Amino acid sequence: MSEARMSLPVARGFGETTRRDKWWVTPLVVFLGLSAFIVYSTWAAFQGKHYTHGPYLSPFYSPELWGESPHAWFGPRPSWWPGWLIFSPALLILWMPGGLRVTCYYYRGAYYKAFWADPPSCAVGEPRKSYWGENKWPLLIQNIHRYFLYIAIVFIFLLAHDAWKAMWFTDPVTRSTSFGIGLGTLVLTVNVALLGGFTFGCHAFRHLIGGKLDQLSTAKIRKPLYDCSSCLNRSHMAWAWISLFWVAFSDVYVRLCSMGIWKDWRII
Amino acid sequence: MSSTDTQIMITLRIWRGDANGGKFEDYRTPVAEGMVVLDAVHRVQAEQANDMAVRWNCKAGKCGSCSAEINGKPGLMCMTQLTHLPLDEPITIEPMRAFPRVKDLVTDVSWNYRVKKRIKPFKPRKPDASDGTWRMGQADVDRVQEFRKCIECFLCQDVCHVLRDHHLHEEFIGPRFLVHIAALEMHPLDTEDRLPELKEANGIGYCNITKCCTKVCPEHITITDNAIIPLKERVVDEYYDPLTRLWRLVWPKKNPNDV
Ligand code: SF4
Ligand code: SF4
Ligand code: FES
Ligand code: FES
Repeated sequence: MSEARMSLPVARGFGETTRRDKWWVTPLVVFLGLSAFIVYSTWAAFQGKHYTHGPYLSPFYSPELWGESPHAWFGPRPSWWPGWLIFSPALLILWMPGGLRVTCYYYRGAYYKAFWADPPSCAVGEPRKSYWGENKWPLLIQNIHRYFLYIAIVFIFLLAHDAWKAMWFTDPVTRSTSFGIGLGTLVLTVNVALLGGFTFGCHAFRHLIGGKLDQLSTAKIRKPLYDCSSCLNRSHMAWAWISLFWVAFSDVYVRLCSMGIWKDWRII
Repeated sequence: MSSTDTQIMITLRIWRGDANGGKFEDYRTPVAEGMVVLDAVHRVQAEQANDMAVRWNCKAGKCGSCSAEINGKPGLMCMTQLTHLPLDEPITIEPMRAFPRVKDLVTDVSWNYRVKKRIKPFKPRKPDASDGTWRMGQADVDRVQEFRKCIECFLCQDVCHVLRDHHLHEEFIGPRFLVHIAALEMHPLDTEDRLPELKEANGIGYCNITKCCTKVCPEHITITDNAIIPLKERVVDEYYDPLTRLWRLVWPKKNPNDV
């Protein structure tokens, strides 16, 4: 646009507003919630132990590509892994689901506010004058989101497989395997269901599955899939938080059972 | 207004001034149940401040004229019930901050009209039904119908920090016009391609999806989730995703309406 700059009221300073409500509560809760998750998941990922218990595998460690547990796909830590470099099966894979969350449209809007005060809250003054949003680097990278989605869809199947495996218990004496359901089975099953609700309500999924079509009503398969995704998408924020909490709780559950602090409750 | 004995005195703290500056002034006025902010402002105008400028038209939340900031939140004065506000403290009423001030509560929103003129208009495909018109699926029309509820109150433009705080009016068209483009771009009959300017001149990348626009929309249009993000995804298809670009090389689009 080539029109001259308009004469606008001076932008307010950081935190300045005429709002009367407690506008800082939501960004503060987001800040604390996300920080708590980042701290816990980082700590848990570096532990490298207590991530399995019987047939259960912590979702932070799945898929276990290399590792000491029977869940490992390719056996123990590879010999070519440099000795000085810390090894944990979680560190190899956690960036993938992490990438989905970091580039998720909901989380982006939430952490731009809570961590970067851009804006601190609606109609509240900002700390910085310069701004280019997602229009230039580095935030242009957010457009990679759909690639993390593709990986996340694979993870849904992997975690569903873990939940299935969590239904088969090996008798410590006879070594025979039989079907069963423990509290941990339920924890891991609920986990994959919640992550599914989050992943399939993703804006990029909604777009790719049908949203990109202008004449969607004639698409026999994609229309109902789009409707399902839209339905999940309407509460994408809720799915984001509940699944985030639950995936951490699943790790806590497996960890504490493995450490002998909690005892897994066998239902069937 | 109901009987006078149910009236209570409240304080309106109204911004008075013009483009050169101004300040808040307090007005004590009686109000009764059922009154909206605009009623109270009109009463002050009639009884205490005849020269106060306030724009309004329908008093029914449909013309989009009475936009202002009430206790710091962008809203329609005619749709904000006084009983929903804390009446034991002054209620601040000020003009929108994303547009030049004219006088008191009135701002110059003409920038929006200039932006709208730049958006490529509706361009339907050739009529293809036997009666010389078109057929459209109801579900496809329903999707764009949401965007057509817009009353052009420009509250979303006002709250958007890209305009309000960063004054990027030359780089970014704002949520209202992203909604307008979504209505055209997703229309089942439209064949125009607005993605190049959406990415460049219209600056969709400036939106950081913080959803303030959605929160203030009096028509409850899901601006960010249903209009802006789907448009961002279309821009990704066209400009940022190497796989869709490769796909397009092998199977070129016949018309912009195709996937
Ligand atoms: S979501 Fe985007 S358009 Fe809406 S207020 Fe936020 S930055 Fe502005
Ligand atoms: S989209 Fe909503 S808030 Fe924005 S101008 Fe239209 S009606 Fe007003
Ligand atoms: S996962 Fe949230 S938008 Fe894709
Ligand atoms: S006077 Fe028409 S919207 Fe308020």
